[in-house]
Amino acid sequence: MNADAINDIAARHPDAFRRSLWKRYATPTGILLCITYTFYCAWFFSVAAVLEKANWNLAGAYLADWVSYEIRPDIEFKDNHLTIDYSRFSKLGSNPNPDWVAKQMAVIERQVEAVPAPAIATNKSSQDSFMAPGAPTAENPAAPSGQSAPAVPETVRENAVVAATVTLADGQIAVTPNLVTVTRGAESVVFDIAKDSSVTPRTPLPDWIEQRRPGSTAYVSFGFLGRAEVQNDEVVVWRRFFGWANFVFDTNSPFWGKPFSEVASLIVSGARIDPSRSNAALAWDNILNNAEWQHGDVWLKLLQTIVMAFVGTVLASIVAFPLAFLAARNVTPSRIANQVTKRFFDFLRSVDMLIWALFFTRGFGPGPLAGMSAIFFTDTGTLGKLYSEALENIDDKQREGIRSVGATPAMVQRYGVLPQVLPVFLSQSLYFWESNTRSATIIGAVGAGGIGLKLWEAMRTNTNWANVFYMVLLILLVVFVFDNISSYFRRKLMGSVGNDERRVSARPRAAQIA
Amino acid sequence: MSATDVCRAPALSLEGATVERHWRDLAARRRLYTIGGLAFLFLALSGSLWFANETNAGKFFDRLPHVADFFAELKPRDWFDPARALFDLSSPYDDGSLKFDYPEGRVYLTQSIYIPEYFHRMLETLNIALFSTLVGATFGFLLCFFAAGNITANRWLRFFTRRFLEIVRAFPEIVIAGFFLAIFSLGPIPAIIAVSIHTVGALGKMSFEVVENADMKPEEGLRAVGANWVERVWFGIVPQVLPNFISYFLLRFEINVRASTILGAVGAGGIGESLRLSIGRGHEAKTIAIVFLLFCTIVAVDQLSAWLRHRLVGRQAFAYGRGE
Repeated sequence: MNADAINDIAARHPDAFRRSLWKRYATPTGILLCITYTFYCAWFFSVAAVLEKANWNLAGAYLADWVSYEIRPDIEFKDNHLTIDYSRFSKLGSNPNPDWVAKQMAVIERQVEAVPAPAIATNKSSQDSFMAPGAPTAENPAAPSGQSAPAVPETVRENAVVAATVTLADGQIAVTPNLVTVTRGAESVVFDIAKDSSVTPRTPLPDWIEQRRPGSTAYVSFGFLGRAEVQNDEVVVWRRFFGWANFVFDTNSPFWGKPFSEVASLIVSGARIDPSRSNAALAWDNILNNAEWQHGDVWLKLLQTIVMAFVGTVLASIVAFPLAFLAARNVTPSRIANQVTKRFFDFLRSVDMLIWALFFTRGFGPGPLAGMSAIFFTDTGTLGKLYSEALENIDDKQREGIRSVGATPAMVQRYGVLPQVLPVFLSQSLYFWESNTRSATIIGAVGAGGIGLKLWEAMRTNTNWANVFYMVLLILLVVFVFDNISSYFRRKLMGSVGNDERRVSARPRAAQIA
Repeated sequence: MSATDVCRAPALSLEGATVERHWRDLAARRRLYTIGGLAFLFLALSGSLWFANETNAGKFFDRLPHVADFFAELKPRDWFDPARALFDLSSPYDDGSLKFDYPEGRVYLTQSIYIPEYFHRMLETLNIALFSTLVGATFGFLLCFFAAGNITANRWLRFFTRRFLEIVRAFPEIVIAGFFLAIFSLGPIPAIIAVSIHTVGALGKMSFEVVENADMKPEEGLRAVGANWVERVWFGIVPQVLPNFISYFLLRFEINVRASTILGAVGAGGIGESLRLSIGRGHEAKTIAIVFLLFCTIVAVDQLSAWLRHRLVGRQAFAYGRGE
């Protein structure tokens, strides 16, 4: 083909080669518009400022919390010994003694001020029981507490922790009352501790330790698996563990911490732990009322969400069904009835589901009734509109056939119309059921029942991300199961219509009844 | 059919009788399935209703007479008050309380021209919806080509793209919003991210189905003249599917307006937040103003989108559906 031939073709088909201005510039114009709009939004939402203020460190920590948990031993410096303390609701139970915290015990002598209240000697953890018999007797009740107080000191001999070593992923922290050695990999830093005044490193700090001012707290990072703060009165270690702690039994359960085989044998054949009920019942109760995971409550709320979507969709379908016949202009000849019903549908679905949800939450009080009513009202409108459109698109020949044999109007609808539209109706209802399962999660957050509120509350505390993830997994599971059930039925229904479906899957069919 | 009917009917041949018997069996089984299905549905429905009633804070029949009370409470002092609330004009009832501080929220453009608060909030919600639809659509449309069997030959790429789209679609928006609220603190950005992410999944899934149904002949022609993958997609497939894509985009925009309203109500800004606050505090005029504004906006958006879609794809227009 030479240049002439090409010109010849161009002359024969001017529409293909010299397209209109609009067609030529539509794509670049569209892209330009999108970019302009993006800049406008960046300004409107002041994206840059928000991104700048964002706390990205938190993001990492929160994400890590989804699949892991932290345990925080607090090692406090006393005069010549240490006390190790875990947070009150530690995931290790009431008597934590993990093997990654090595303790060195020794008999020490120390001065106890004989004050009325031995408050300074209070220690929550029980392994170093230094309340030696008869130690704090009130010899001098008038003595004020305080370091310089001329209280009559009493010497006590007892067994206490004098050194502790916390092992983390690739490092460790060795703590003695006035010396802290932090090791990570091959590097190691020794801190001198002047109690209640300063923390001083002996060598220059590597980049995984940060000290903002000389003598102040040193922040030690061990990467994902842990961090520590060396303060002038204590060393706090956060050690991170993968997994969900105490997922089945919480620390108050008698089954807590026992291996699976032991729990199983206890349930099957063990002696009753609680004489009033069997071990299986006790175990089930403990699982449901797990204080950290609240399985019972989560499942109940999830069931509420499912029920909201189900009832809302079913009732909406039932109500929309007769109304759609009223709204279809080829079924009901009255234009007034058509218009009134159609505007009613428009009203129902244009009042947002949120407004219905807020309104019914006021009406019925928080709970699934509010949510299901909101779904019911919105979807009566939507399904009614879709149903009536499906009705308006039916094939008239079947109706004519039925009418020609003298059937009553009801019979005409039953045998001439219904067989054509019922699969479409059902398929749309199924589709909305599936989609409502998702919506129900969201409107729950405004108080309309279901798991939404629980999810929202768990997120707002910023500490329960593992619980959030647990609920998300449950929701994803439910959504996938219902997706599959619904698309299975829709495929069957659409197959039974027997129309010319090529490879169109059920989904766009359901959404595009023209 | 009774016995006399059978007698009166003309005698059937042996084959005919077999066919009739089979047909009756089939009909009986179908009826059984229908009745069984309906009975199951009825049981499930009553069980669900009972359960919902049991776990609700107020019981259905106790509360039913009071449901409409809210409307009675919603009656404003006079019927111009909602209009004043809507346009941020000062109210004659202004007693310094939050209830009547209509001019408070004015957003001044110049010294004297202002946007009333709720219009500004509505604009914010609309912007959240439109912007996140735009972002979501960009990525969704890009990804959909990798999920379509007729464009992408690599099974694994297809498999992972599809799973990714599914997970992203099913992931509760509220969790994404809540997570980013924790990082960004209050504001519309978390809502934008949440809605965008969901839109990627939803539009990606819908559009790869469109791509799979595209006519492959233009693509074949381009392949014959040696076009590479990008050229084949851009010149062979995109022109065919673009009207549908835009139609889905518009549908999604309608849905996202609603979604961003709801997300607003849980703390992500926009009109949803104003609505929740005013309902919660019992500010009747403000509530009516917001509901009215929201209603009008949603109707307008729906009409606009339906009109555009109709122009784009004509009779084959996609009816309203919450196309996930």
